[in-house]
Amino acid sequence: MKSASIVKDKIFRQLLFVAAALIILISAGMIYSLTTGSFGAFSKFGFFKFTFTSAWNPTAGSENYGALSFIIGTLLTSFVALLLCIPFSLPVALFTGEYFKGTKIASFLGTVTDLLAGIPSIVYGLWGFYTLRPIVQSLGLGENGFGILTAGFVLAIMIIPYAASLSGEFFKLVPDDLKEGAYSMGATRLEVVRHISLPMAGTGIFASYVLALGRALGETMAVTMLIGNTNGIPFGLTSTGNTMASIIANQFGEADGLKLSSLIALGLLLFLLTAIINLIGRLIMKRVAVKV
Amino acid sequence: MSRRIIKDKVAKIVVCLFSGLTVIPLAAIIWELVKKGYHQINWDFFTKVAPNTLDAMLAQRSGQIIPGGIANGITGTLIMVVMAALLAVPCGLFAGVYLSEKPHTGFSKAVSFLTDLLQGVPSIILGIIAYAWVVKPMGSYSAIAGSIALFIMMLPLIVRSTEETMKMLPSNLKESALALGSSYRSVILKVLLPSSFGGLFTGILLAISRVMGETAPLMFTALGSMQVNWDVTAPTNAIPLLIWQFYNDPNLVGMIWASSLFIMILILILNITASRVARKWKIR
Repeated sequence: MKSASIVKDKIFRQLLFVAAALIILISAGMIYSLTTGSFGAFSKFGFFKFTFTSAWNPTAGSENYGALSFIIGTLLTSFVALLLCIPFSLPVALFTGEYFKGTKIASFLGTVTDLLAGIPSIVYGLWGFYTLRPIVQSLGLGENGFGILTAGFVLAIMIIPYAASLSGEFFKLVPDDLKEGAYSMGATRLEVVRHISLPMAGTGIFASYVLALGRALGETMAVTMLIGNTNGIPFGLTSTGNTMASIIANQFGEADGLKLSSLIALGLLLFLLTAIINLIGRLIMKRVAVKV
Repeated sequence: MSRRIIKDKVAKIVVCLFSGLTVIPLAAIIWELVKKGYHQINWDFFTKVAPNTLDAMLAQRSGQIIPGGIANGITGTLIMVVMAALLAVPCGLFAGVYLSEKPHTGFSKAVSFLTDLLQGVPSIILGIIAYAWVVKPMGSYSAIAGSIALFIMMLPLIVRSTEETMKMLPSNLKESALALGSSYRSVILKVLLPSSFGGLFTGILLAISRVMGETAPLMFTALGSMQVNWDVTAPTNAIPLLIWQFYNDPNLVGMIWASSLFIMILILILNITASRVARKWKIR
């Protein structure tokens, strides 16, 4: 009786271990599959030539693929999104983490941003296509309203909730006694925010934006619907283009051979890019967490 | 008033104004979905599949709404989300328990690191992975492939929420259970997991609501089908995938709003339930 229970316990512990090991297995398998899948493209063009040229020519016989225009498209849209997201997510973070910390209205705003975060990418795409794009078009920015700017704007709305809720947490962590000290010396709220909250929470807020950038890099559907899907290097904010995610979404379905391999190679590059950005964000965040 | 006070007031107004502005997109999106989608929603919307392009065009020409609905998407989403959850919930709970029980070993640190990594992987890449792991070996697009992609997406979310919740449990709970002579297994299954039920359940609901609206990982795994399909080895549709197909078909484009409205309501219900559960079962 006793020994049966011990055996069962042992099995149970192993079950827990296996579940944890599964995560290592999936990650390793993922890297393996992406690497072997992109082998064809890298061996044909070479890693550096593939990454830093901008050809995308699927004509049989003279097939030639390069990732550069999509890398630039991805970086451009994501940074536009990040820039547009800051003036909104910072006030929201201040609103929920500082000015109205712990009140009903702050939790209402928190719920609203949570719901914004829950809207599927494709619904953002539809809204961008049918509501935002005509506005952009009437302003004369970009061909038919498609382009980097339109995609970046919708991306910005998509990452605001993420950046705001993360950075709001860091405002909440600022110790009250520091703020109270400043208030007791006659500081106004703005002065407390500028000289205490922002410097104290600054690193964490920076990390929040790095992670938000990581989110923007990989967003697919909304960007695919708004960026215009052209394969050249985008030359400005009003230019159309393609991101790494959007070209995969558009062309993976009917691709084979060298093209399929090139698309998987793009996937590998996107994977590496987001992994590096996320890593940087999490490293900074861990250092802040240790300090607080 | 001194300049300092005025500056302070202005800053507060700016914060409130810009915070208020972020509410606009949510209101605008919901308003647009309701306005353009409500008249399409009727009984057929839930029980029938979309008509072919020609019928849809004829119906619209004669001024009617497009007949039929998204039954194939509803069943497909249900099948794939349930299959993904059946895999992800046990694996995620157990891995999360493992991480909270042994947080300091090198193995746990590696798992924890990779969980973060997995959480950041763009969903379209999960589509490529499921294509390579399932579609290629099976030789066919299928609901299984779609649910594998969703599973990989759900797993790190559930691991993290489980780990966070378990860490909040007071340590004397575990100690008292052990002191009563319970086995390790019953300490975890009958004491720790039930007492963190709220957090675990919330995490699971949020993970489900995250993957339910995903289109990108399903595009080249589940592919879609215009009929209701219960065979998990055959191509299957899902609501977000259907929206993408409607969007690309000029005659069926009228269906996008009602479909989006429906999936939004589902996600909203899941989110609200999650926050209710979280509040009600909060660990004190």
